[in-house]
Amino acid sequence: MDFIAIQQAMDAFRPLSVGLFVFALAIFLGYELITKVPPTLHTPLMSGANAISGITIVGALYCANSEFELLAKILGAFAIAFAMINVVGGFVVTRRMLSMFGGKK
Amino acid sequence: MNVIFPLLYLVAAVMFIQGIRRLSKVRTAKSGNTLSAAAMAIAIAVTMVIVSDGAAWPFILGGMIVGSAIGLIAAQRVEMTEMPEMVALFNGFGGGASALVSLSLFFSMFLAHETGDYSFFVTERLANGHFAPISSASSAVSAILGLVIGAITLTGSLIAFMKLNGTISGNMFAFKGRNAINGILLIGPVLLGLVMCFMAMDPNLVLILVLVITAVSLVVGVTATLPIGGADMPVVISLLNSLSGVAASMAGFAVQNPLLIVAGSLVGASGLILTQIMCKAMNRTLAGVLFKNFGSTSGGRDGYTNVKESSAEEVAMLLEDASRVVFVPGYGLAVAQAQHTTRELASLLEANGTEVAYAIHPVAGRMPGHMNVLLAEADVPYEQLVEMDAINPEFKQTDVTIVLGANDVINPAALDEKDSPIYGMPILNVHESRTVVVIKRSLSPGFAGIPNKLFDFDNTVMVFGDAKKVLTAMVSEFKENA
Repeated sequence: MDFIAIQQAMDAFRPLSVGLFVFALAIFLGYELITKVPPTLHTPLMSGANAISGITIVGALYCANSEFELLAKILGAFAIAFAMINVVGGFVVTRRMLSMFGGKK
Repeated sequence: MNVIFPLLYLVAAVMFIQGIRRLSKVRTAKSGNTLSAAAMAIAIAVTMVIVSDGAAWPFILGGMIVGSAIGLIAAQRVEMTEMPEMVALFNGFGGGASALVSLSLFFSMFLAHETGDYSFFVTERLANGHFAPISSASSAVSAILGLVIGAITLTGSLIAFMKLNGTISGNMFAFKGRNAINGILLIGPVLLGLVMCFMAMDPNLVLILVLVITAVSLVVGVTATLPIGGADMPVVISLLNSLSGVAASMAGFAVQNPLLIVAGSLVGASGLILTQIMCKAMNRTLAGVLFKNFGSTSGGRDGYTNVKESSAEEVAMLLEDASRVVFVPGYGLAVAQAQHTTRELASLLEANGTEVAYAIHPVAGRMPGHMNVLLAEADVPYEQLVEMDAINPEFKQTDVTIVLGANDVINPAALDEKDSPIYGMPILNVHESRTVVVIKRSLSPGFAGIPNKLFDFDNTVMVFGDAKKVLTAMVSEFKENA
């Protein structure tokens, strides 16, 4: 393989390698952050994290593109609905729980 | 404009991180949740602007409105005692959404290439090149992984949900060799799918393979979760929570969006840590929870020789003279919805000069922190909730310990019976207090399926009945005597 071919091959995998870097660092960061959460808050943590996993809405929004096949769009719409249940439901229920903890004395 | 979008995604990622960081203190937790929600709003808004050129708005708005409405209604109606079910269900939706994203990406891709061989390496862009969702082999691999993990999370969570709300019971489908079958079922198609990502293939073959992988993953989610018993649910929910994050991360790799990767892996890490904590609190390994059957279903009144039954009146009298009382809540408290009555009794005791505390075992209930939420709902000050390691030395100075629907987490067999299935599991040493009052429907065993040695102890009395009814009776007795 000549130099340019190697360069091209590396370019093709750049998004992946950057993604893997981000992934690995975020896992470590997550570990550090979450070990500090006391057991009292584990249920809100879980439902809050749940809401955050609804971030897949971003991917779902890409899927509802008018150029896509109908089936792909329908799947995209379902993905958006599922993710929104997660996002809205997750944040609202976490808020409800947390207002029980701190709010009233 | 193109520079601004990635920066806004970065802002959202930082806000998610800050949001989770703020969840580590009760004082700041609420603002942390708001911050995460704002980050999500930014992410959604930015993405909508990005896709606005050529977006299929009816599909986007339809999905958003329906999803938001369902989420909002569910979140407002759910009882605090039903939180484990709720979280299980939401986990499933998260995983399902990621699986659907992967599926949609595959369909969008090769349905547009009706003819000819198709490889993820040499693919041309779609039509005018706006979006090339699966533009490389690595994207395709991530999409396959997102599909598999997401689909397993979806059906696994649905089964967990049904187990938690009692639609299906205990250890089902626990036949020998099921792990091998699950393994083969899953590994075969997934390996094929991964190979597919690196080869030119007929689009129809790709379609079939993707559908097979989807079906198999959905089935494995069911067969892997069905045999896991109710007491192991905290572990299962935590793990599914983690998987829903990992699936989102994989979707992030597929669409090459770093925000998805960051947010997904944060959730993945969070769920994994909780899984670890739950396993440790049960002295079990994750593999043991997932792959081995636990306990037996036999039980009943067998094996008890020294059970003493008491009544609400007698216990109320006992409580009047107690200077220190500890409540030990368990799943039974949640089932009976007895958190408010417990708090009422505790307030009466405090007014009577008694010191009150609540002993929280890490796996009490059906999800991490379940009991804390219930008692917080009943306005119990969280300073009174004491973790296992902190309260265990204090049982010796406790006059009365009231056990509310907890069982295996207080079984002294875990301390000294080497052949007991729960041997080595950390327990609350309630048997060290002067008197233990166990409020329980019957003598039936807990999820470990073994008799509880504690019920035979000389200092233990049983009050049979629904926790709420018994406590209500105690409250009225206490008021009369005062």
